[in-house]
Amino acid sequence: MLNKSLLMNKCIISSLSKVVLVFTLMTSSLYSYAQSAEDKGLAIAKERKLRDMGWGDSTGNLSMILRNAQGEEVERKIRLKSLEMVDDGDKGLTIFDQPLDVKGTAFLSFSHALKPDDQWMFLPKLSKVKRIRSRNKSGPFMGSEFAFEDMSSFEIEKYNFKHLRDETFEGQASFVSEQVPIDKDSGYSKQITWVDKKHYRVLKVEFYDRKGSLLKELINYEFTLYLHKFWRPMRIEMFNEQNGKSTDLVTHELSFNTGLTDSDFNKGTLKNVR
Amino acid sequence: MKTLISLIAFLPTLVFAEIEYSGSAGVEQRYYFQDALYPVQERSNLSVYFAPELFTSFNNGNDSILFKGFYRFDQQDEERTHADIREFVWTHSGEEWEVKTGISKVFWGQTESLHLVDIINQTDAVEAIDGEDKLGQPMVAFSLFKDWGDTTVFVLPYFRERIFSGSDGRFRATLPVDTDNPIFESDDEEKNIDWAIRWQHTLGDWEVGLSYFDGTSREPDFVLTANEFLEPSLRPFYPQIQQAGIDVLALLGDWTVKFEGIQRKVMEQDFTAFVGGFEYSFVGLFDTVYDVNWLMEYQYDDREDLTNAFAQNDLMVGSRLVFNDVDGTEILLGLVQDLDYSNVRTGFIEASSRINDHWKWRVDAWLFSSDEPSEPSYLLRRDDYVQLSIEYYF
Repeated sequence: MLNKSLLMNKCIISSLSKVVLVFTLMTSSLYSYAQSAEDKGLAIAKERKLRDMGWGDSTGNLSMILRNAQGEEVERKIRLKSLEMVDDGDKGLTIFDQPLDVKGTAFLSFSHALKPDDQWMFLPKLSKVKRIRSRNKSGPFMGSEFAFEDMSSFEIEKYNFKHLRDETFEGQASFVSEQVPIDKDSGYSKQITWVDKKHYRVLKVEFYDRKGSLLKELINYEFTLYLHKFWRPMRIEMFNEQNGKSTDLVTHELSFNTGLTDSDFNKGTLKNVR
Repeated sequence: MKTLISLIAFLPTLVFAEIEYSGSAGVEQRYYFQDALYPVQERSNLSVYFAPELFTSFNNGNDSILFKGFYRFDQQDEERTHADIREFVWTHSGEEWEVKTGISKVFWGQTESLHLVDIINQTDAVEAIDGEDKLGQPMVAFSLFKDWGDTTVFVLPYFRERIFSGSDGRFRATLPVDTDNPIFESDDEEKNIDWAIRWQHTLGDWEVGLSYFDGTSREPDFVLTANEFLEPSLRPFYPQIQQAGIDVLALLGDWTVKFEGIQRKVMEQDFTAFVGGFEYSFVGLFDTVYDVNWLMEYQYDDREDLTNAFAQNDLMVGSRLVFNDVDGTEILLGLVQDLDYSNVRTGFIEASSRINDHWKWRVDAWLFSSDEPSEPSYLLRRDDYVQLSIEYYF
């Protein structure tokens, strides 16, 4: 019963997105001759977001490979459950399997477009669910080169956009845009994104620190198509230009429509998460 | 009989269900800085622990069984050598509710320096001085998860007595505690049925909890007695109490404000205690990835009798340094100053880091300064120690 209504919701969402898509295509062709760089940047971002709407929920098995400047590697294992929210940022649940001393720790996050994300952590040693401050979003996620804010869902309202130029990246015609975080707690002064013109997939991101220097470079590899619509990179490489460290986020397994609902993202049941 | 039938019905699924086995073990070497108060106590102590964990789920994950065991062997103190079932609980979950049946552990509260509201589980007092280790508590707990908050009703059919250090152990009173002869206010003694209810809710940047407990006090009082050889000892006395509690956490910019307060009725007398303060975070200190959190909490307790009131007018200041490195290195420093007696204070350091995926080191140190015989910390004035632990996770 529940799965059915969820499915119906998804149908509504996808047909809705088609309507919106047609509408934006019409309007964008109308405006294209008089579009500013900001408008074009925003239009690209909206299309990017639109093309990723309606995925519903997903469950993934991932590894993080942390590499220091000397090339020494450490592996982290996590499972990630995600739920798409229509009127708000997505909900996410991260379960830590490795390192073993934090096994059983669970991280629950409700992303929001403008206000800070709501986040809780379950600490198995104390059996305690701890509310955490999401304002330290610039802090490293599990000692990796990914910051907490890099793990949060992409929302239009988080940035000001500007289209810079068109460029071919790794053989793919791409839009190169700048996105400036609106939140003053962000660790970045700006991000430069390479989005391919065909599928609106993010191919590469450059992150600039608060002083404006290049901090990190992210490249998405091995794009796989899910549900005939959604592209997901199976390997994300984040390279820190300033300290020479890098982190690979590798997806081993990813499934959609796994029947997750709101009640799977509840701080009250965080204790039972395995 | 009914339970037997349902057990047999579950058995086939249990047999085929995958059982996850994990846990930890550790070796701890303690060294006490000063000569002991009592001649039987030693300056150094070696101790080992083993904490296995088994987990299985069935019925599409709607049912699960969790077992957490604990065993410690202590070189000096035979009372600290102990075993416990920390958890052995069956969880049955519905869409917006769950029932937990068995031995479990529950944590309530928000503050760092003192856990006033947290009352379901008995403190495993021989484990550590911070009181954060708990004994497993038998219970049936029904929870409801709704838009208006999470509500849980607990029925606690069996009481766990507190364990105390033996004569060879540290952190003890001058007189031995006669744990074989506890006194209960309830005629049902440890079989008194305690109950509790808790509501917890998130309101934007606020976490709010309300709780009520009616049953046997987890904190004993002591009655001075003597045996047939006229040797004096302390008999633990467990009164019946009613306790209402509130706990709040608020995220206000860079500040996190925390508060816990209780009102307890014991032996027709009321008392109030609270602890409140803040945590302030510096993220990315000096352009590094280090985080520094400053903590300050004030502790208040209006009990006249200080037996159980360590924190009647005290101030805790502390700092947590998080390195955000691959090894997860963290250092917590703290000082608790008694505001009634300037010469009474306690300091502590907790540091830990990973060696690799399986191994971790930990250093804990506690320093007690107390020249005030009326304060309970006076008993610990020679128990300053540093402990190095090596832990193995599997």
